[in-house]
Amino acid sequence: MPNPNRPPKDIHSEAFLRELMRRQLRLSAACGATFLLALLALPLLNYWFPEFMSRRVAGFTLSWLILGVVFFPFVWLIAWTFIRQSISLEDAEVREALEGDAAPDSRRSD
Amino acid sequence: MPDIWILSFSAVMVLVTILMGVWSARKSTTASDFFVAGRSVSVGWNASAISGEYLSAASFMGIAGMVMSSGYDALWYPVCYACGYLFLLLFIAGPLRRFGAYTIPDFAEGRYDSPLFRKIAVIFVLFIGFFYTMPQMKGAGTTLAYIFKDVSFFGHAGLPYWVGVALVGMVITLNVALGGMKGITLVQAFQYWAKMFAIAAPVFVLMAVHGHYGSQLGAIGSSVPGASAVAAIQRGALPEKAPRDDVWLAPFGPLTTKAVQAATASMQPEEKKAYLDRHQRPYSLLYTYSLIIALVCGTAGLPHILVRFYTNPDGAAAKRTTMWVMILIGVFYVFPPVIGVIGRNLMPSLYSGAGVNGTDGIVLKLPTQLGGTHGPLGSILSGIACAGAFAAFMSTFSGLLVSMTGALAHDVYGRMLRPKSTPAQRMSMFRIAAALIGCVAILLGTLVENFEINFMVGQAFAIAAASYFPLLFMSVWWRGMTMPGAAAGMLTGGLLALLGISLTSWTTFITAQAAKFQSLKMAEPGWFQAAKSISLSDFWAHHPLLRILCEQPAIWTVPVAILLMIVVSRMTAGRVPSDVRMKMLVLHAPEKLGLKQEYIQEHSIGH
Repeated sequence: MPNPNRPPKDIHSEAFLRELMRRQLRLSAACGATFLLALLALPLLNYWFPEFMSRRVAGFTLSWLILGVVFFPFVWLIAWTFIRQSISLEDAEVREALEGDAAPDSRRSD
Repeated sequence: MPDIWILSFSAVMVLVTILMGVWSARKSTTASDFFVAGRSVSVGWNASAISGEYLSAASFMGIAGMVMSSGYDALWYPVCYACGYLFLLLFIAGPLRRFGAYTIPDFAEGRYDSPLFRKIAVIFVLFIGFFYTMPQMKGAGTTLAYIFKDVSFFGHAGLPYWVGVALVGMVITLNVALGGMKGITLVQAFQYWAKMFAIAAPVFVLMAVHGHYGSQLGAIGSSVPGASAVAAIQRGALPEKAPRDDVWLAPFGPLTTKAVQAATASMQPEEKKAYLDRHQRPYSLLYTYSLIIALVCGTAGLPHILVRFYTNPDGAAAKRTTMWVMILIGVFYVFPPVIGVIGRNLMPSLYSGAGVNGTDGIVLKLPTQLGGTHGPLGSILSGIACAGAFAAFMSTFSGLLVSMTGALAHDVYGRMLRPKSTPAQRMSMFRIAAALIGCVAILLGTLVENFEINFMVGQAFAIAAASYFPLLFMSVWWRGMTMPGAAAGMLTGGLLALLGISLTSWTTFITAQAAKFQSLKMAEPGWFQAAKSISLSDFWAHHPLLRILCEQPAIWTVPVAILLMIVVSRMTAGRVPSDVRMKMLVLHAPEKLGLKQEYIQEHSIGH
């Protein structure tokens, strides 16, 4: 049933594309920034706090433990979050685009 | 006689790969069969296959060797190889899948409606492909030299390095030329698990016998030798060429400080100390960042990865596959550094060797340490490791050879040189192209015995990072890009990176050759003396910062490429494709909206 409060979105409109790209880029950039922040901060930590980063944890230096072991699960976490979010984002986009779009065939009638 | 275990495991791996290749090639006779087969396989198989293709000789042998020779700084390689995949997932993979572009030339033509740009991209694929094949060839030469180390070859003790390169290169080239590596999902998936087992089994056994990861690492640089926690760890004496424990263990070690160290070679001790205090750490921080950028951005440019990325039935399955790929390669990448650490403790003699007797051979050699006390276990594990090495360079070299041969036969010959050629002509051209590329790859492979496998792969990544990554990233997210802008940025970035890398590699090559002549007590031939006079080593000694920026150029070439793309695109703003909004919609709108079909329809009517 068409929803009178929500007009159908014209998926060929400029506004739809802008909104689409903005939301996708925001999600990608948020995940990418989290990842880059950790990746690029590690050399700086090594640079500014060498004593702290060379403390031993179960034989490893702290710095080695982070880079050689802990970093991988961290990246999985980001990937997992991104995948979940992007699937639900796509579903929402499809829903919004089709909502109230009662006659999809008439879409291109112009 | 070569060791019977090592020989048989390696032989079985080669035979299984060839037979599986031939078997699946018979089942899938056309290129579309390949994709259809790919679409019908489950998430688990597909994820294993993608991971199998991704883990090359650099991952299997090179990382362990580099961790052993350079210590902490080498850890950036495995981490960034795995993380680059995340970057690909976040920014590039989704839109490319929606667009239906499986290779960079496909994307280049589709996004800009420009056959010319397709040609430029094809030539660049070939060129970067050769950079990736060199380390695979080095892996092959090193492994074969190790397997046949006791064979005398025309009075030469042990199989020479170049024979191994030529032999393996010819076998794989023949296999590809006969069409044996086309329907390879099954082979690649099998090879992932072979590699995983071949690296994990020796690590677990070695840790059980000689002490686990933490205590092995704890024994290195421990200030109290023989303290109770580390008393069980036995360590060989380090040769003179090995880096000291504290330098090896800490960040900003030998890998990143080479240029500064070389600059101080002719200085007085006091001057040297002051110079190092001032420059060493900032310069190596710069080197580290440049390396990270190269590796993370360069993953997006691997020519054989994008093809495999989306052989999935739908977008959700593709994303689940990607998640599994990240887990599979992440787990794998924990192991090679362990081998490097144990290797430093148990086999320090490798520090003074080169080629197969150097650190690049550690993955194959380390298991033999179990030989004395555990019977044939050491040989068996070493055999398994050799089989894993074969799986590594065979899968990656085959994948590269197929994509490069495809580019040469299909695009260069079929579209540019002889557009009217018959399918039969193109088929025979495919074989000729495979042979041609195989020969060039073998030739290049024989030249790189003295380069570290992992280092070479890093260089290839740096070139890809400055060319393909800006192209893909900007084309996907900025609609104002034009063909001239994209081409200018990609070519300039890639060529600048190549120039920088070639200049420093040239010096490394000459230095290594000079050392070789010296060790063989041979007089340097005339051509070599001429080459040596322009070896640039004095220049680098006076300009360590320039050397770092040339050896690891990503930190400036990636921004230059992106900037150039923006500037040239603005200047040629009239050439933005007229249907750019539709293209962007196809790139970004969910597949369920069916825009792709609409786009194809409009396109076929429009032309």
